[in-house]
Amino acid sequence: MPIQVLMPALSPTMEKGNLAKWLKKEGETIKSGDVIAEIETDKATMEVEATDEGTLGKILIPEGTADVAVNTPIATILADGESAADLAKAPAPAKQEKAAESAAPAAAKAEAPAPKAARAPQAVAEPDPEVPEGTEMVTQTIREALRDAMAEEMRRDPDVFVMGEEVAEYQGAYKVTQGLLQEFGARRVIDTPITEHGFAGVGVGAAMTGLKPIVEFMTFNFAMQAIDQIINSAAKTLYMSGGQMGCSIVFRGPNGAAARVAAQHSQDYSAWYSNVPGLKVVAPFSAADYKGLLKAAIRDPNPVIFLENEVLYGHTGEVPKLDDFVIPIGKARIVRSGSHVTIISWSNGMTYALKAADELAKDGIEAEVIDLRTLRPMDTETIINSVKKTGRAVTVEEGWAQSGVGAEIAARIMENAFDYLDAPVARVSGKDVPMPYAANLEKLALPSAAEVVEAAKAVCYR
Amino acid sequence: MAAPKKAAASTAQDKPDGGSPPEFTREQELRALRDMLLIRRFEEKAGQLYGMGAIGGFCHLYIGQEAVVVGMQMALKLGDQVITGYRDHGHMLATGMDANGVMAELTGRRGGYSKGKGGSMHMFSKEKHFYGGHGIVGAQVSLGTGLAFANHYRGNDNVSVTYFGDGAANQGQVYESFNMAELWKLPVIFVIENNRYAMGTSVSRASAQQDFSKRGASFNIPGKQVDGMDVRAVKAAGEEAAAWCRAGKGPYILEMQTYRYRGHSMSDPAKYRTREEVEKVRHDQDPIEQVRNRLLAAKVSEQDLKAIDAEVRDIVNASADFAQHDPEPDAAELWTDVYR
Repeated sequence: MPIQVLMPALSPTMEKGNLAKWLKKEGETIKSGDVIAEIETDKATMEVEATDEGTLGKILIPEGTADVAVNTPIATILADGESAADLAKAPAPAKQEKAAESAAPAAAKAEAPAPKAARAPQAVAEPDPEVPEGTEMVTQTIREALRDAMAEEMRRDPDVFVMGEEVAEYQGAYKVTQGLLQEFGARRVIDTPITEHGFAGVGVGAAMTGLKPIVEFMTFNFAMQAIDQIINSAAKTLYMSGGQMGCSIVFRGPNGAAARVAAQHSQDYSAWYSNVPGLKVVAPFSAADYKGLLKAAIRDPNPVIFLENEVLYGHTGEVPKLDDFVIPIGKARIVRSGSHVTIISWSNGMTYALKAADELAKDGIEAEVIDLRTLRPMDTETIINSVKKTGRAVTVEEGWAQSGVGAEIAARIMENAFDYLDAPVARVSGKDVPMPYAANLEKLALPSAAEVVEAAKAVCYR
Repeated sequence: MAAPKKAAASTAQDKPDGGSPPEFTREQELRALRDMLLIRRFEEKAGQLYGMGAIGGFCHLYIGQEAVVVGMQMALKLGDQVITGYRDHGHMLATGMDANGVMAELTGRRGGYSKGKGGSMHMFSKEKHFYGGHGIVGAQVSLGTGLAFANHYRGNDNVSVTYFGDGAANQGQVYESFNMAELWKLPVIFVIENNRYAMGTSVSRASAQQDFSKRGASFNIPGKQVDGMDVRAVKAAGEEAAAWCRAGKGPYILEMQTYRYRGHSMSDPAKYRTREEVEKVRHDQDPIEQVRNRLLAAKVSEQDLKAIDAEVRDIVNASADFAQHDPEPDAAELWTDVYR
């Protein structure tokens, strides 16, 4: 039977890519290891190698095709003795669930975490108050929005520089700093050795003199090596110096669970950093917020923890085409209005919150969804005003429940809107376990839209 | 196995280059004497105030080590930054910070350098380029490397003088910083103040390589052992290191062989060393007595020296008086300076 070549995944979080080029023609002989095609994403380009031998029977996806979903059959290879007539025997593409055995790198299996909605929430009910009506919008990935934010601020202020592992020549471990080295040179885009504790301290020291470093951690999991410098040196120095010596610095990088990278690479640090006075903590969801808030973070005279999410990097959204689009830190945004229950989340938790709101609407429950965007200082007012209206609240976070941000929100609601509550606040969170590797267990460990729906119905006594 | 080599306090060993350091002019001798005396009398007074309960928490005195900061400061130029750990009063006074402001910080008063919010271990002066005052052992080494990074980034020819002790020299981030400093040729002088005890642990019990000048060897950072009890030797080494840094050659390590007479902190009963050991260093090597004896030999009158003593005592007494009478910070200060 002819062998199908499937669209491979370049990373655990890739959902689709472009078929850039075919290097073999139909009818050409293929040996194992031959490069047959090139695929690309906004992050990288990679060659597709054949792992089977035979003849390239049929190209199913022509070159130049954009947004080909991972695991889509892109070609068939005929084994010896097979002919074009055998092509019909190939399994129907739509039902293809087998791993991409005939293509390297191996594609994610069908039971891998369900692809998250590959769309930032531009289709929300509420317009963004920061964007003037009639503003032209550009569609960008979150990765590009972050890059543009840094590039714009670096053009604006010569004291801004970026340092971290692989930020320069490699163009960013997750390609967030793509092109910055080319534009700004090695003086301002600095590859560091693998030395988180040390380079965090170097960044803080430089910031104490008035420079404005952007320190990229390859992930916030690695920032635990540097947390002493972040908290003891960056967050506390302004206070300890009686206001004399502050520290304008951004620590940024992906936070929380990616996909299938297990416990040491999947922790959500929202609660950790948002516990610390002296730090500001930002964790956006939409592409526009990523851009506007990173620009605000870079300009902020205080240390800012900017929590990104790897799963979201490739997601696209509408970003206002403005010369200087800055979103103030500390303001939540109502992304969907409703009157029955308030759902509060941030970062990738919004994926579950918005999906749940859609589901709930089908059952006649109108949820108001708040994207917190900033965790410290927390926009308590927006939360409280909403809860006063709905009388019910659900928090959604990927991190653990104990001492979590959801616990903090629940406490604030209790303190400020106790009399308005018609039900106890419900928390949806990551399960109280280290993140497991197995796909099914990982899915269980993370929150889901179904859990948010369940919690929302529970507080509505439905 | 051979017994661990005891870091000898003998003057001979403390002069690795052999020979005497360049002589000071009379003016330099007088300045060094005055600045070292100020630190000693200040620290004695701080110890006294601590005993009276006027100073709280931790209080780490610099007595015995005065020649290190005073000699280094004489080798610096305007704009060079200084950063150190928690035994920091001497560094502050050496950079020219006001004794009143330092003492009032020790007593937690509003006139203190940090408005009473930092205390003994956390003081800063932007004006004097003093970047603290850090309570986490070793953290100042990465921060000081960052100060040097800023000089390099701005293209000025200032150097960062980053002090730490023999204890901090065993922290991991010290070596992360050494690597980056040499890799990027950052202008930083790493001054390792080897006072032979990390709290109560002697160097021989904590350090596999007891020659701290070699601690940068695997990064190709040059290092030198210096008699940290001789202010002239310190200044000469500081000048050599600063010239190296300013020439764009990268970092330099100076191991200052010194000694603290008092305990690690005020609450240290010092059971880990003998009274005789302390007395011997005091008697043979005291940094202040060395200068005083040279000045007397050079026929400076006792009266001139007494005038310096008196000036210093006046400054210290005034600072103690200020620090005890200045009001505590306003309660509203609790909430300020968290963000700007």
